[in-house]
Amino acid sequence: MNIRDVVEALSLEVKTTKGDLEHRITGCYISDLLSDVMANAKEGEVWITLQTHPNIVAVAALKNLSGIIITNKRTPEEETMKKAEDERIVIAVSPLSTFEAGGMIYKILRC
Amino acid sequence: MTLEKVREILEGELVLDAGNPDTEITSVCSSDLMSDLLHFSSEPKSLLITGLNNTQVIRTAEIADIKAVVFVLDKRPDRETVEMAKQKGITLVVTRLSRFTACGRLYAAGLGSCTGVNR
Amino acid sequence: MAQNRHIEGSFHLTGGDFTNAGAASSELKSIMSHLNISPDLVRRAAIATFEAEMNVIIHAVAGVMYYLITPDLIKVVLNDMGPGIPDIEQAMQEGFSTAPDWIREMGWGAGMGLPNMKKNSDEFRVDSVVGEGTTVEIIIKIKEGKTQ
Repeated sequence: MNIRDVVEALSLEVKTTKGDLEHRITGCYISDLLSDVMANAKEGEVWITLQTHPNIVAVAALKNLSGIIITNKRTPEEETMKKAEDERIVIAVSPLSTFEAGGMIYKILRC
Repeated sequence: MTLEKVREILEGELVLDAGNPDTEITSVCSSDLMSDLLHFSSEPKSLLITGLNNTQVIRTAEIADIKAVVFVLDKRPDRETVEMAKQKGITLVVTRLSRFTACGRLYAAGLGSCTGVNR
Repeated sequence: MAQNRHIEGSFHLTGGDFTNAGAASSELKSIMSHLNISPDLVRRAAIATFEAEMNVIIHAVAGVMYYLITPDLIKVVLNDMGPGIPDIEQAMQEGFSTAPDWIREMGWGAGMGLPNMKKNSDEFRVDSVVGEGTTVEIIIKIKEGKTQ
């Protein structure tokens, strides 16, 4: 399963143009605390968060996550988008709540 | 489903029992950001799943009328937090599961999201 | 008794005091609940007040929360000594935040404070002088005869 599959399954809106949608997903990590993601997220996981500031890109790049999904209709800041394109990190947004997005990904990853 | 059933599904440990384990839970809020909790419409049957385990969570939960909090990844609340939850009548559960797995299991079990406002 | 009700008071807020952050709002919520004000109004007032209190704790040096409860309304005014807000319109945008990273790690700083306050109030005002401080005024109207 790759990021593109998740995007389609959840009808996500992909905001970046340069991110790799074929990136394989190893799992999913949900957290809004950067220190927590730095400590516990695993390579290849897709990250669900409400945070929209530029630091999320640095974290995703450092941990080699497969992408970031921002929920609750939040939009990434302009600086965040710039950094994401530079680092080729996929950022997708959704009106779904974190609980719903996580729940849906849980279901599709289990199959 | 009851709070007790939720605890079972999450293989959680009841750190503070503030009330009736038969409390009916119909929806789940999952967030580490406090302002986000304050967005949710009045949902007395709501449960919060979070990785943030300080007293702020309890204060915010009280203001948002949330009756039970689940801490993930074995993040145990400190004594001050437990004491505050006791005073405010908020049940605390700790689970070793990640926020993703916890949300996943409860979503699969049929609970809904408590985000009313952003739809 | 409700007709003659006129209750007021104030709380001192200390900037950076995260241990007690939210305590004033919590107490005010308790006061309102005991006055038999409709739970929905109490909730809105508590949320708006809490967000305002957190802004003082996060950004300011110190502040005062003043409240007034009459049969017709709940009014909360927060006055702080702090950096002030250079562009109020910008600050009212959802997601805009000037909070430092360590605040975000505590679960705050998502930039929803001011919008949340406005959303929960019937009347809402922000006044600010950069370098001096900010005043936030929250008014929630009480419908007549709405008691629990």
